[in-house]
Amino acid sequence: MRTNRRSWLAIAALLALSGVSSCKKGKSDEIVIGHYASMSGNTAHYGQDTDKAIRMAVDEVNAGGGVLGKQVKVVTLDTRGDSAEAANAVTRLIDVEKSVALLGEVASSLSLSGGRVAQRRKVPMVTPSSTNPKVTEVGDHIFRVCFLDPFQGKVMAKFARENLKLERVAILKDVKNDYSIGLAEAFKGSFSALGGKIVMEQSYGQGDTDFSAQVTAIKNSDAQAIFVPGYYAEVGAIARTAQRLDVKLPLLGGDGWDAPDLFKIGGDALNGSYYSNHFAPDAATPKAKKFVADFKAKHGAEPTGLGALGYDAAAVLLDAIKRAGKTDGDALRDALAATKDFEGVTGSITIDSARNPEKSAVVLEIKDGRAKYAATVNP
Amino acid sequence: MTRWLVRVAVSTAVVAGIYGIGAGVEATMIEYVQRIVLIAGINVILAVGLGLINGTTGQFSIGHAGFMAIGAYTAAFTGVQLAPALSGLAGAGALSEAVTFNLALLAGAVMAGVAGLLVGIPSLRLKGDYLAIVTLGFGEIIRLLFNNTQALGAATGYFGNDPSGLPPYTSFFWVYLWVVVIVLVIRNITFSQTGRSLTAIREDEIAAEAMATPTTRLKVTAFSISAATAGIAGGLFAHMQSGIRPEDFKFEKSIDMIVMIIIGGLGSITGAIIGGIFLAVTLELMRDLQEWRLILYALLLVVIMIVRPQGLLGTRELSLAMFARKKAPSKP
Repeated sequence: MRTNRRSWLAIAALLALSGVSSCKKGKSDEIVIGHYASMSGNTAHYGQDTDKAIRMAVDEVNAGGGVLGKQVKVVTLDTRGDSAEAANAVTRLIDVEKSVALLGEVASSLSLSGGRVAQRRKVPMVTPSSTNPKVTEVGDHIFRVCFLDPFQGKVMAKFARENLKLERVAILKDVKNDYSIGLAEAFKGSFSALGGKIVMEQSYGQGDTDFSAQVTAIKNSDAQAIFVPGYYAEVGAIARTAQRLDVKLPLLGGDGWDAPDLFKIGGDALNGSYYSNHFAPDAATPKAKKFVADFKAKHGAEPTGLGALGYDAAAVLLDAIKRAGKTDGDALRDALAATKDFEGVTGSITIDSARNPEKSAVVLEIKDGRAKYAATVNP
Repeated sequence: MTRWLVRVAVSTAVVAGIYGIGAGVEATMIEYVQRIVLIAGINVILAVGLGLINGTTGQFSIGHAGFMAIGAYTAAFTGVQLAPALSGLAGAGALSEAVTFNLALLAGAVMAGVAGLLVGIPSLRLKGDYLAIVTLGFGEIIRLLFNNTQALGAATGYFGNDPSGLPPYTSFFWVYLWVVVIVLVIRNITFSQTGRSLTAIREDEIAAEAMATPTTRLKVTAFSISAATAGIAGGLFAHMQSGIRPEDFKFEKSIDMIVMIIIGGLGSITGAIIGGIFLAVTLELMRDLQEWRLILYALLLVVIMIVRPQGLLGTRELSLAMFARKKAPSKP
């Protein structure tokens, strides 16, 4: 019966592990805010950066006495970038952690999954950086503090046409990614409307590593720039491919580029490229300057745009709790909807009737392996 | 005649029992726990279905997420199309919802089963690693097809015409009714003459063929049934999540299913059930460990595989009779 004893050992180990997960109750002198984010998985960088900034915003408020006379506690749950797990995390944040409001996710498809649960349970949710229009359409409890995909496409089209005076642009989009597709569509529409011409459309899939076929095809067209609205990992590799194939066209992109790893992967191949973003660390308001300095002091690195948005999402939510005077879901929703001219680190935020913010975008230029402020583009 | 009556009575009792337990679960448990219970049920369907082909027949499929995707998309789409017609016919209410949901699930199962047949006919002539690679490729093809189909939402995913998503039809009652149905179907196949032939194929395909077992036909049948059960699970998943996206049916999902049946014990139905529940519960139980939970989870799998390489149950089945026998003094 030796094997049998062993199997009992295995089961005992399992039970011991489950025992680690102890029960805990929210204390009545705290206000709990739930944050669900990809702390592991492919887009872990986004979630971790957002979480750091959210905790900074909350710590600042707590240091000043908290809100409604109570301290604020952030509970972060991991989604692993998986939509079933995102819904699990949100139900747990509501049922077990007793969150009064939710922050998250970065990826739009996960915000949709979590947002549907939040809407059904009537718990207000503010997504820091999900740019897909469908997210806030889920219902009247879902808000966001970032601009939408179509807007970013428009911004880059306007910038390419008016600031860079480009006439012919090629598009290289990630067809596995709704974010990339949305940006490409919007860019195409606006750029054509402004008198430009899309000379070629190529595509790739998230996770691809070889882009030489697409880049060669674009090289043989008469494009003056390439619009690559993807995520940083592939964009870096595309820039390297372009450099290797001696394609000297500037790359244009959106906020999916915004990660320190972009420069690790792309290196000097990215010089001369532009991307739209939520904020520029080097051309900021005093409030944003303070945020950048504090973030650097605490975490030893410059915050990304996603971090800045996480900070703003938390700040807008805390402000709404203050104005609502209570943490009841409907009161909190009404207070969030009434947010007007809130000065965040990514600019002034006014929530419109569709629960999206009205705000401007900045365009950054990459010089010597760093992103520098180039222009502000208004809607 | 009495036999028949007993069967009807037992079935009615089982359905009523599930309904009762479901009502109890919904009344007493918080939604978070309910969700895990639903996921556990869906996992059991996936694991038991996959066990028929991977465990009993010994043909390694690592693309079952593809069949789950077909079932999920078909059920979601059919449900959205049927709902207005049926509520017009029978009036909006629980009855028309139940009919819509189950028709949608069956449509998903049929489509997944047909897909299983289409993949199975050419590929089940292959053996071992080759078959595994074909199924892997197929799973990816399916996912990429959905990824590029605009009518089904492409990469954003499909959630019907309502911005708040697909109707949340999936409840404890329906999930566990389907669990019972599928476990019974798979059990009856496994312990029938067909099931013995499938086991013969696993043990020695050449010998089985020499005994006039129609190996290819049986393999394809088992594969198709297994795919259909994955389709049902997909439909239940879609209406629990209120929306599906191609990313939900990645290669990792197929691996998850294989982990379920290997943890439980390849070739054991009760093992597959345990494995399915294990996967649903373990990661959620370790929530408090934050980022460490994935490391611990992986470690746990390694430990189980070292301690019990044949899985928790091996090829044995857990049954009431087994417990009864254990109580008797055993000879050393």
